[in-house]
Amino acid sequence: MSEGFLTIREVSKRFAPQLGLGDRIAARLGGAVEARAVQAVSEVSLTIRRGEALGLVGESGCGKSTLGRVVAGILPPSGGEVRLEQEPVMANGRKTTTRIQTVFQDPFASLDPRMRIGETITEGPLAHGLVKAAEAGSFARRWLETVGLDPDFVTRYPHQFSGGQRQRVAIARALAMAPDVLVCDEPVASLDVSIQAQIVNLFLRLRRELELTMLFISHDLGVVRHLCERVAVMYLGRIVELGPTGEVYAAPKHPYTRALIEAVPKLSGGGAAFRPIAGEIPSPLDPPTACAFHPRCPLAIARCRIERPALREVEPGRRAACHRAEEVSPAA
Amino acid sequence: MTEPVLQVSALSTHFFTKAGVVRAVEGVSFSLARGEVLGLVGESGSGKSVTGFSLLGLVDPPGRIVSGSIRLEGRELVGLPNDELRDVRGRRIAMVFQDPMMTLNPVLTIERQMRLAILAHERASPRAARARSAEALTRVGIPDAARRLDDYPHQFSGGMRQRVAIAIALLHRPAVIVADEPTTALDVSIQAQILAEMAKLVSELGTSLIWISHDLAVVSALSRRIAVMYAGRIVEEGPTAVVLDEPRHPYTRGLLDSLPSRAEPGRELAQIPGSTPSMLRLPEGCPFRPRCPRASPACTVMPEPTGDAVRRARCHHPLVLTPAEAV
Repeated sequence: MSEGFLTIREVSKRFAPQLGLGDRIAARLGGAVEARAVQAVSEVSLTIRRGEALGLVGESGCGKSTLGRVVAGILPPSGGEVRLEQEPVMANGRKTTTRIQTVFQDPFASLDPRMRIGETITEGPLAHGLVKAAEAGSFARRWLETVGLDPDFVTRYPHQFSGGQRQRVAIARALAMAPDVLVCDEPVASLDVSIQAQIVNLFLRLRRELELTMLFISHDLGVVRHLCERVAVMYLGRIVELGPTGEVYAAPKHPYTRALIEAVPKLSGGGAAFRPIAGEIPSPLDPPTACAFHPRCPLAIARCRIERPALREVEPGRRAACHRAEEVSPAA
Repeated sequence: MTEPVLQVSALSTHFFTKAGVVRAVEGVSFSLARGEVLGLVGESGSGKSVTGFSLLGLVDPPGRIVSGSIRLEGRELVGLPNDELRDVRGRRIAMVFQDPMMTLNPVLTIERQMRLAILAHERASPRAARARSAEALTRVGIPDAARRLDDYPHQFSGGMRQRVAIAIALLHRPAVIVADEPTTALDVSIQAQILAEMAKLVSELGTSLIWISHDLAVVSALSRRIAVMYAGRIVEEGPTAVVLDEPRHPYTRGLLDSLPSRAEPGRELAQIPGSTPSMLRLPEGCPFRPRCPRASPACTVMPEPTGDAVRRARCHHPLVLTPAEAV
């Protein structure tokens, strides 16, 4: 069954601070040293079907990028594991597959400024024997053409490209490894609106042509609705809601999802009514007990402070981690 | 009709770089009524921020205002000596930046910098300044304001820091606030809080607001009038609802069509071909010509703004005609 093509099983990621020399001495002498670890991701389980695009949304600090990096085999999880068709993505802290590739937000940071675009695209495939050295030139040209760039650009350097073109190069480099899964971390966030549409269209076309499976991380709910069949909403390291994108947006089952959807400004003629959620995202160093959303939640009851709600099925194909999921009203 | 608070006419700001002259702002004209919110939209390099900086006289060499006029409450700001400009800046016109640390000094407490901002324009005892600062912070929704005055900027979250910057901009109840992408770096839930706060404040205080953003939805939620910039010029201006429903300029139409929120999920988005031109090598005539589906040979000549006082566009082939043009 293709259900578990990419399986994320109870993945947690904890970042423990490195103790300074003074703290280490104090600890040796029996002093109380406060080394607070950040629990960036807590027991996240997800499965992505072959060919599916799953959107991962949430605000800064919710752990979506950390989860993306664990899925891509860049960061080892502190607990749990990620498997692609039953094969672990990492072993002994090292990535063991080339079938998952990543596209990051900032193409300035992810491309080597001193490497020609052609070399950037062929470096990985040559190292892994996916292409012969004699064919590298035409291979790079073909990939540039696939992402909508002039094949003659192979001899250029990253600084000779605009932001949108550079993101196309980064996409070409990821795809040149012939991955089955593409993890995209905010790939259109730093682009202008008109360029963003070009890259969104490119993803739509590539998914169709290459049958890609995608984990699409974004804070932009509009782009996720456009590209992804299903969406997972994260808050302070946990998935709080999961379901088909259209259904989740129309009738959210978690109060946080609803608040997030309502916070997005809509195109209107001015003087729209804002109904923002109260408060700010708590520090992941000191998360609230039980349900992490309870201090900001309009539906919170005593139980929410005592018992963490499980991510449970509230309707066929819909999951939410809320004691009162059935009472969340549709988004305005 | 009452005189506008701010009247900008044929404003041009150029940067004289080694590589050539960058006409960042060219022939920009608009006016702002008391209490009005004007949205200034455009993509990177469209000149929207430089327009904002020009209004406050904050353009540094190699850039300078080369021509045009900025009249604030009847007073001409272009060519004003620096000390007179300093008297206006902060008191009658203030700016809120995308990064609140452009406003805040990291090594001073909030109280200290707010006191300095007050003393820049009037006399006040430390006690009075403190009371006024606390009141200003409360007004922008900072909880426990009196205590937080003794904190340093790094002790505030990004959203709270931006609120402090807004509180400082509002200290002297200026006639005009220029806000340059103040919510762009914030999360949507915090952005919504600040937008709600801003909408309330300007209507309460009667302050006029120029809200600069690349985000059409943010601008549309806040402003009743909107001006769209492309390559240094305002290409379209009008009531927000009308511009969004019936854009006249092909660039505005292209921007709106490229938004995912307007499209059927999974369907290809309409996209504007190509990318924004280099400001050093602008095409002759209408700068949008090479990307425009309606371009004709006429477009090699720069179009003048047409329309009426309410609704203007700079296009030889506008998508919608105003009644005056249709006759």
